[in-house]
Amino acid sequence: MAAKRLSADVINIATETSSVKKGETLIDTGRNIQALKADIIVMRHNYSGAAVMLARSVDISVVNAGDGWHEHPTQALLDIFTLKEKLGRIEGLNVTIVGDIAHSRVARSNIWGLTKLGARVTVCAPKMLIPPSIEEMGAVVIHDIEEALINADAVNVLRMQFERDSGEAFPQQLEYFKNFGITSERLKKAKKNIIVMHPGPINRGIEMSSEVADGANSVILEQVTNGIAVRMAVLFLVAQARDGNENTN
Amino acid sequence: MKILIKNGRVIDPANKVDEALDILVEDSKIAQVAKDIKAEAETVIDASAMIVMPGFVDMHVHLREPGREDKETVATGTRAALAGGVTSVLAMPNTQPCPDSTESVELIKNIVANCATCNVFVCGAITKGRKGEEIIDIAKLKKEGVIAISDDGVSVDSDELMLDAFKRAAKEKVVVICHSEDRKLSAGGVVNLGFTSTRMGLRGVSKESEFARVKRDIELAQKTKAVVHIAHVSCKESVGIIAAAKKEGLKVTCETAPHYFALDESAVLGYDTNFKMNPPLRGKDDVKAVKEGLADGTIDAIASDHAPHTENEKEIEFERSEFGVIGLETELSAAITELIESGILKWKDLAEKFALNPARILRIDRGTLGIGAIADIVIFSPKKEWVVQKEKILSKSKNSPFLGKKLKGVVEYTICFGKIVYPFSK
Repeated sequence: MAAKRLSADVINIATETSSVKKGETLIDTGRNIQALKADIIVMRHNYSGAAVMLARSVDISVVNAGDGWHEHPTQALLDIFTLKEKLGRIEGLNVTIVGDIAHSRVARSNIWGLTKLGARVTVCAPKMLIPPSIEEMGAVVIHDIEEALINADAVNVLRMQFERDSGEAFPQQLEYFKNFGITSERLKKAKKNIIVMHPGPINRGIEMSSEVADGANSVILEQVTNGIAVRMAVLFLVAQARDGNENTN
Repeated sequence: MKILIKNGRVIDPANKVDEALDILVEDSKIAQVAKDIKAEAETVIDASAMIVMPGFVDMHVHLREPGREDKETVATGTRAALAGGVTSVLAMPNTQPCPDSTESVELIKNIVANCATCNVFVCGAITKGRKGEEIIDIAKLKKEGVIAISDDGVSVDSDELMLDAFKRAAKEKVVVICHSEDRKLSAGGVVNLGFTSTRMGLRGVSKESEFARVKRDIELAQKTKAVVHIAHVSCKESVGIIAAAKKEGLKVTCETAPHYFALDESAVLGYDTNFKMNPPLRGKDDVKAVKEGLADGTIDAIASDHAPHTENEKEIEFERSEFGVIGLETELSAAITELIESGILKWKDLAEKFALNPARILRIDRGTLGIGAIADIVIFSPKKEWVVQKEKILSKSKNSPFLGKKLKGVVEYTICFGKIVYPFSK
């Protein structure tokens, strides 16, 4: 969508219908796209590190649209943009991220981005969903949801992927909602103007109640709108950097 | 056929030798080690400013043949060994077929007889097909020349079976080499568990998956008086457990690989699969502990864990790529660069870790330059530097964690069974 708004020619390649299904490697796919004379590849990939690997293998630009559990930079940028729009600043804010931190690229990119801009980040989840040494990334861990919300200027609620089938320990849906779900009752104990965010798609009644999702504190649909602007900006800057490189060559 | 090696600094810890001496090699044996040997020889090597050591015994090498000749062959692997000063390798059993029967050991011995340019000793499997279910006939394989057994790459999970294997190995006086890993605990991990796995968004391998199994393997072996050797020690806790066992007088030996003392987990942050191996690169503390273990003698040997993989298997998504790195051609230089330069090991220690100790562990007549010993010798320039370049790697696979790195120490000559086999004759 962002690329279309910028009038770029967009080709979508879904792995199910491409040569990837026939065993083509990621590097070969990248080289083929380069041979088609594309300028930028925007890639979402199931494996952590796929974007950096692709970027090392092609000369054209690569935008990471999410790689495994590793990073989702444009989501973090649009979350930060939304926060700044709503609260006027990032520095000094308390942002709580709730949900499956261990398997979340959104959480990781938000931690990097927010802490770099001076916000304090708290992560909150059942123990099994907090990855080891997350504190070294600059986040504080709190397992109690009400405690984690009490000083929060914003809460970013992650999608719980109950459909994941990794054989690892995972909480029950209702149990999760009971202990970690964002509800009006819980928000009443938090700051009055707390902002509620979610990268989508929402599991209503699991991560948050419908009341909260559609309530006054929710900026979820604004995030979607801002996503377009932020991703347009990313593509614009990447394209400009490319042009800059060509000029100096 | 005589070779006279002049003026080299001869380091032979088996005979407590460390001084500038000449060595005369006659036929396949060491004929004389003395000052100023005056003898006619077909070949005279001026080894001034060079170090002369017993040829290295690398007790952890994957030659891949038979079965995966696209990764490495006995011919290419042994050439790579010679270039690294290694004159004897212990060929690990993760081949297809795997050396778990008389027939498959025969097959491997045939390939070795036809293709190897250095000594290749065969490590048999512990269980049929390395499946951890049924113990092989150790006595029979020993008669075929198998000198050690290992289920290489996997650990025998059943305590009962492993105990039985130790009992039988003890009876046959065959060394049991343990890949100590509890796969329930390592559970699909690809990098060190902790900040590295968290930051990279990858599954982590806990140190416990290694040291808990090291502990078990030592405990079981102790009940049987078997000789147990722990492969590729990578973490602080394993070093501690082995040190304590040795202090108690238990018969346990161990090795580490150059990447565990030369690199730490930070190397893998860029998702370069040439830093992906099992066990994974660990923390700075662990690297320090491995170095200390080498210095205080807890770690007996340095082995490459040479694990060639094709580019197709390495240049893919990190989690999908194979574990393992090559190391035959770089192990000496990595050790000089990391251990000698910093004073952690002395030259004598290096000769022990690379030659004498592995030879003793495997009970083979190698690792010394005593008179009458088989003339397997490495001669190297300790101060010369070189840069590891992909194009110059002799191994069929190029998956080295040292690509682009400048290392110290260049092998000048390798002599195997009394013949100069490196530099290669044209």
